[in-house]
Amino acid sequence: MAFRQMAVAALAFAPVAVSAEDVFFEVSGKVAGQLQGFTEDAQFAGQDYDTNLSFSIEPEFYWEWNDGEDSIIFEPFFRYDEQDSERTHGDIRELNWLRVGDGWEFRAGLGKVFWGVTEFQHLTDIINQTDGVESFDGEEKLGQPMLNLSLVYDWGIVDAFILPGFRERTFAGQDGRLRSGLVVNTDEAEYESSAEDKHVDLALRWSHSIDVFDLGVYWFRGTNREPLLQTRSIGGKIELVPVYQQIDQLGFDGQATIDSWLWKVETIVRDSKDDRYTAFQGGVEYTFYGISETNTDLGLLLEYGWDERGKDATSAAQNDVFVGTRFTLNDEASTEILLGGGIDADYGSRSFFVEASRRVGEDWKVSLDGRFFSTDKAADPAVALSEDDRIQLTVERYF
Amino acid sequence: MQVTKSFNFVLGAGLLASGMLMSSLTLAQTAEERGLEISQEAKQRDLGWGDMQAEMLMVLRNKQGEESVREIRIKNLEIDNDGDKSLTVFDKPRDVKGTAFLSFSHPVGADDQWLYLPALKRVKRIASRNKSGPFMGSEFAFEDLSSFEIEKYTYKYLRDEACGLGQCFVVEQYPVDKNSGYTRRVVWLDQAEYRTEKVEFYDRKDSLLKTLTFNGYQQYLGQYWRADLQTMVNHQNGKGTDLEWSGYNFRTGLKDSDFNKNTLKRAR
Repeated sequence: MAFRQMAVAALAFAPVAVSAEDVFFEVSGKVAGQLQGFTEDAQFAGQDYDTNLSFSIEPEFYWEWNDGEDSIIFEPFFRYDEQDSERTHGDIRELNWLRVGDGWEFRAGLGKVFWGVTEFQHLTDIINQTDGVESFDGEEKLGQPMLNLSLVYDWGIVDAFILPGFRERTFAGQDGRLRSGLVVNTDEAEYESSAEDKHVDLALRWSHSIDVFDLGVYWFRGTNREPLLQTRSIGGKIELVPVYQQIDQLGFDGQATIDSWLWKVETIVRDSKDDRYTAFQGGVEYTFYGISETNTDLGLLLEYGWDERGKDATSAAQNDVFVGTRFTLNDEASTEILLGGGIDADYGSRSFFVEASRRVGEDWKVSLDGRFFSTDKAADPAVALSEDDRIQLTVERYF
Repeated sequence: MQVTKSFNFVLGAGLLASGMLMSSLTLAQTAEERGLEISQEAKQRDLGWGDMQAEMLMVLRNKQGEESVREIRIKNLEIDNDGDKSLTVFDKPRDVKGTAFLSFSHPVGADDQWLYLPALKRVKRIASRNKSGPFMGSEFAFEDLSSFEIEKYTYKYLRDEACGLGQCFVVEQYPVDKNSGYTRRVVWLDQAEYRTEKVEFYDRKDSLLKTLTFNGYQQYLGQYWRADLQTMVNHQNGKGTDLEWSGYNFRTGLKDSDFNKNTLKRAR
């Protein structure tokens, strides 16, 4: 409902903006069709299908005035999914007013912020909630209400955030694939804070580039974006319920860029009422440029993820090795292929993925993604995904 | 070796004997010194522009003549005693709209480069070793687009020659950086204004790879020359790329604080 009101308000505003001489207005965005194919029969009730079709739209409305000192960006998002009603969903990815001054900027609204340097897990990235039904890699995020003041000094950039209001993570529903045996009932979410999803979170970050090093340190206090999933009996049915705790988190991310090497580290210390633990993701990326007299670059990636809680960890990368290879063809169609995989050193389970994309013509883009899982041990949480090998074709039209 | 040495010794002794001959020889320049001097003069004449903003249409043309277009906006800041800072924003193709590139170039050693990916809101520091790689699938390599700094090359003057801009110096430039894709560049500079008319690029095997020509020079601030059109032709793959420049605007008040990760993220 809020989504619809916002869209209507934006459209009502648009003609006014265009007529005003000193206001720059622009609409862009993309529509996409996505076909998913599953190579194996599903494990759980409600998942009895091999293909799934979905469509999404993500326009971007942009206004700018005062010589660019003020701007508003509005980016709604909607997806229709053939099978999973939880994946049929809308969100406001961004609705932000930005004011820019000399050496500072201020943002108010719904926004998106990314922190971190590694490729296979985004450990330090905490401001935005993960849109768990959109993609498997956790790179799709929900818009976060925020007030953000960013100050640029010689000694680095300082970002202060006040985050009023919390977005719950989205999970695949009864009919969704890529879920555990029990369905997550997001309507029954529980909170440690009596303010529930109205709790005001805070974050403060310093980041800087010194010589070949890019560094960031932050402190976050508020509602954990990553819920604990606990079993509850709801209406005689056993379901999972997300439980959102209050946490204090210190995070550090750093990258050293040396010749063809990128050295990457992310680490967090998270303190909740249950425990305090450390987690780490780090590794290297090395790139061979122009392999065998072509324009193709070949990158090799190696990362390791560790969580002090070991097998009790809520994260999947508690003791995992990741390898990847990235081909960038540097051609006119911007063709890219990323092959990767992970090995869980505790359970021995393996995952493999491929992401390939290229532009077609001026305004189209085609992507092919594949995810494959293999688990042997029933104790491994990843066993729930072992029958969900998936190939996904996405066709996007940009406007 | 032995022969050369003793020959030099004899020659040296002979020169010492003749004071007049000696002084006339020190006055004469080697081709290397002359090449350096011309390049220094060209650089000197282009100093002091301060900052610049412009739009660039990049037209990629394949062997069959099919075209595809990239739209790019560029902000440059001249830095005293260092390479320039630049912020490059992509408007087209639309799938890369909002992608932005921040570069602090340095006369010697690696540049500092960051790429902003709008879909993820992610700023990535990228390795700058990739000097010879193509820019956006075009026939321009990264090193072809970076600012000209004296320290990046060693030089050799070849000859004077008539050219489209009148009379030209022809100077060879040898990249110092081992990651350059070229053994040498041959540059035609007009003798009146020291504007580059043409550059020939020779690949690592010293075969002619590309020719870049500059057209439609216009003067800005009564002093600085910029071409409206740069045409790169790759002789080995038959492809070409045009850079059509417009909206050149100098001394717009850009400052150091306009070139950081915040400005990269909101560049559009």
